[in-house]
Amino acid sequence: MSAGVETDPGVARDAGPTAEDPVLEIRNLSVDYGFGDDPTHVLRDVSLTLRRGEVLGLAGESGCGKSTLAYAATRLLPPPGLITGGEVWLTGRDGERADLLSLSDAELRAARWRDIAIVFQGAMSSLNPVFRIEKQIVDGILAHRPRMRREEARERAAELLRLVGISADRLRSYPHQLSGGMRQRVMIAMALALEPQVLIMDEPTTALDVVMQRQILEQVMELRERLGFSVVFITHDVSLLVEVADRIAVMYAGEIVETAAARDVYTRPRHPYSAGLLGSFPPLHGPRRELTGIPGAPPDLSAREPGCPFAPRCPHAMDVCRTELPVLGRTAQGEDGRLVACHLHTAGAPLPEEVGR
Amino acid sequence: MSFLLRRIAFYVLTAWAAITINFFIPRLLPGDPVTALLGRMQGRIDSNAEHALRVLFGLDQDATLWQQYLDYWGLLLRGDLGLSFTHFPTPVSEIVNQSLPWTVGLVGVATVIAFVVGSLIGTFLGWRRGTWADGLLPVATFFQAVPYFWLGLITIAVLSVNLGWFPSSGSYDRGLVPAFTGEFIGSVVYYGFLPALTVVLSSVAGWVLGMRNMMVTVSSEDYVTVAHAKGLAERQVMLGYAARNAVLPQVSSFALSLGFVVGGTLIMEMVFSYQGIGYTLYQAVSTHDYPLMQGCFLVITLSVLVANMVADLAYALLDPRTRTEDR
Amino acid sequence: MRNQLLFLRNGKVVTGLAILGFFTLLAVLGPWLSPYDPNQVSDALLSPPSATHWLGTDHTGRDILSQIIVGARGVLVVGLVAGVSATVVGVLVGVTAGFVGGVGDESLSALSNMFLVIPQLPLIILIAAQLPSAGGLTVALVIGATGWAWGARVLRAQTLSLRKRDFVEAARANGERTWRLVLAEVLPNLTAVIASGFVGTVTFAVLSQVTLSFIGITPVSEWNWGTILFWAQNNLALQRGAWWWFVPAGACIALLGMALTLVNFGIDEIVNPRLRSTGLHARSLRRRGIRPRVGFTPVVREVRS
Ligand SMILES: Nc1ncnc2c1ncn2[C@@H]1O[C@H](COP(=O)(O)OP(=O)(O)O)[C@@H](O)[C@H]1O
Ligand code: SF4
Ligand SMILES: [Mg+2]
Repeated sequence: MSAGVETDPGVARDAGPTAEDPVLEIRNLSVDYGFGDDPTHVLRDVSLTLRRGEVLGLAGESGCGKSTLAYAATRLLPPPGLITGGEVWLTGRDGERADLLSLSDAELRAARWRDIAIVFQGAMSSLNPVFRIEKQIVDGILAHRPRMRREEARERAAELLRLVGISADRLRSYPHQLSGGMRQRVMIAMALALEPQVLIMDEPTTALDVVMQRQILEQVMELRERLGFSVVFITHDVSLLVEVADRIAVMYAGEIVETAAARDVYTRPRHPYSAGLLGSFPPLHGPRRELTGIPGAPPDLSAREPGCPFAPRCPHAMDVCRTELPVLGRTAQGEDGRLVACHLHTAGAPLPEEVGR
Repeated sequence: MSFLLRRIAFYVLTAWAAITINFFIPRLLPGDPVTALLGRMQGRIDSNAEHALRVLFGLDQDATLWQQYLDYWGLLLRGDLGLSFTHFPTPVSEIVNQSLPWTVGLVGVATVIAFVVGSLIGTFLGWRRGTWADGLLPVATFFQAVPYFWLGLITIAVLSVNLGWFPSSGSYDRGLVPAFTGEFIGSVVYYGFLPALTVVLSSVAGWVLGMRNMMVTVSSEDYVTVAHAKGLAERQVMLGYAARNAVLPQVSSFALSLGFVVGGTLIMEMVFSYQGIGYTLYQAVSTHDYPLMQGCFLVITLSVLVANMVADLAYALLDPRTRTEDR
Repeated sequence: MRNQLLFLRNGKVVTGLAILGFFTLLAVLGPWLSPYDPNQVSDALLSPPSATHWLGTDHTGRDILSQIIVGARGVLVVGLVAGVSATVVGVLVGVTAGFVGGVGDESLSALSNMFLVIPQLPLIILIAAQLPSAGGLTVALVIGATGWAWGARVLRAQTLSLRKRDFVEAARANGERTWRLVLAEVLPNLTAVIASGFVGTVTFAVLSQVTLSFIGITPVSEWNWGTILFWAQNNLALQRGAWWWFVPAGACIALLGMALTLVNFGIDEIVNPRLRSTGLHARSLRRRGIRPRVGFTPVVREVRS
């Protein structure tokens, strides 16, 4: 567990592999929607590091660009998505580093699923309705192990299902014959087929009921202990993240506005948006808080205003917030291992109690 | 199974409806083309056949409508569609029997080829959206908008009249005796090539455009993205995942558009004087041979229903969701 | 509003509407525009295009250009009448089926599927051939009576999905009358689908009518583009190499059909945004080095201003 481990605060902007043992390093990733003359700049210079063995939570309201980040990092963003800059460094099992955005098609295809697997938002639509579960798992295995016999791959598929607590005879089922929770488990089993180093999970439990959510989460965490992969866990529900993540990155309007150890974000948020998010969800454990929520909605990214994108909703907005975009930097308290993008931390004035605890 | 049972029930119902329409059309429409003809045939037509024609065309006004309807069904069940006026006294059923295989051979084969080729091209166009392949779209649109028979006229003008590569009419060399010999079959293929080509040319565009749009829609489905994320080879994603699913609506619209396509291709037989059911219908129309017209319509409709059922069966085989109980 | 603007910015739609406008002009002004009376015979028998007869003449020396210009009206009127009548029936059946649900829906859907499956052209031929006089309007009505099913099917599906939307549910909960609900909440949201169905039926009607004229079911004295082809076919225009006799008429049909299809593409792109190809112009993409692909997001490292 790396929660609370002291790290160099300059990580996200630094060029070299500085964070200890990073598996996935996203640097200055920029993404547009639209191939035309007036694209929507959805991600702007987003940087993020996932360390080996870590669970990194990515939080933010719906529409903040979390999925876009996950898809773009793996070059799976559908048209009219366009990556306009940045690098995504993946450290292979052998310690070799490669930039996913510069790989050839064949190399990228080989790295997918083997090194980095994704569980998509919405398991309902992630499984092809016309194929049996078995074929869908086996296809993925055989694509990377062309010399493996079908029989072997089939056994591996059965093993995987058992791993997520589904009986192997479900292999012969079609997706529509499974419940929502089961389908999500199948997706997880499928993602683990080649023992990837990085597992990206985009809102894996949003469509499920609370009990099922817990079960699946616990299972993933247990598998992680056992198999030792790293996880990027995306959700709009911060209180859920506090339970499972080591570190949390909070996203707003296509930018990371705060990163810190999960516990720190929860107890001592430094960005007004993080504070607001925490006020929008009931904690799974611990004392009940009053739910306040954030008034308003995330901005329309196709018509960006200058300055801090959160300014229209921020209770502490100042004049400078409406003209200058805050950049990710140290907190006013100078805490190690956490970064925040908010003018409050550079203004020199005393922090409001909400973000200054 | 419930899917197939429901479909079969639907087809039975449709067949009944088509037959009933056929019963009512001559009774509801103003004018009475048959009486005059019957008068002219006086003496040359035996009373049984005359009765059949009276039943088919609603001239048996002394019976109740219900009785007429029952009589009509009785005739159909015995396979009696009346006598043709122009080919008097050949029974309609005989003429229809002779021409149907030609149509099934020509229109059937050509339609299936058009479907397969069109779907393949559409797969490619949809997959390569935003590349030079988009340039083929206007061409497809043009072919879709052209009336079938006009395309037939043009092919005849170019390939037959001008270049003399193919015969412009007929279905085999009249100098040959129909038999299962290589020579005869070769002649059938040779004569059938041009009409088949025109049927393919004119109906392929619809399948291309349909499949292309389905590919565009399906390509952004999550399971296709997942297939990419799994690192499958491009061909496998395109054919095995995207096209495999995009073809489903294509097959169900195949079933639904058969009626339309067949209508158009029958006209092609008229242009090429190809001795199928469409040409027979054409001749019946131009010689006012009403019993033959009715018989042709009935047989065409029933054949389309059978083809539909085959398409539905294919759909059931392709989509597992139809095979289990509703969920 | 936005949709309408989008609609008119679409290049395909504008092209389609322009062609339609041209033919409409011909249909309205035809008799005044045509250089000759289309039935007027002359000594110039079967002559190729020339300065006096721009599109040549037929076997009795009649001017083909005039036949085409005068024939435009017949084609468009039939298309319009058939399109309107089929759309009215389609809306009635489709919206009702989608809205009432249950047994009513089942039977109406079965009815429209039946009409879809029964081959329409042979049915139209059968009816038209038994009518004592099958003039343009009669044919249009017959086409309308048999060609409504596709629209009804699509409309039913759309209505079903609309019915479940919040605003309809809300209006229903407020005790709005059903017919008011349909008129005020449902129909406006179906405009695009209805329009698309209408355009589709017009296309079908034009093709059917021309086909019927070509095989000689409608009176050959009523000029439309199919009639021209009827005369051409029956007087061996093909064998005599008189291309000017059958090429222009067919080209006009194709052009009209294409215009209608283009308009429908535009509507489809509004209904299904995934088909929209805004900014997907092959040339500009190539210039920027973008290859839009599913599964491999293009990476373009351009110098940003
Ligand atoms: N095809 C598209 N065209 C334009 N904007 C898009 C497109 N798809 C998504 N967006 C915009 O990108 C932003 C990020 O979306 P997404 O990554 O799905 O957010 P999240 O996963 O955080 O909910 C949203 O504001 C959305 O409006
Ligand atoms: S920069 Fe200003 S507006 Fe933005 S979050 Fe900080 S205080 Fe609020
Ligand atoms: Mg998302």
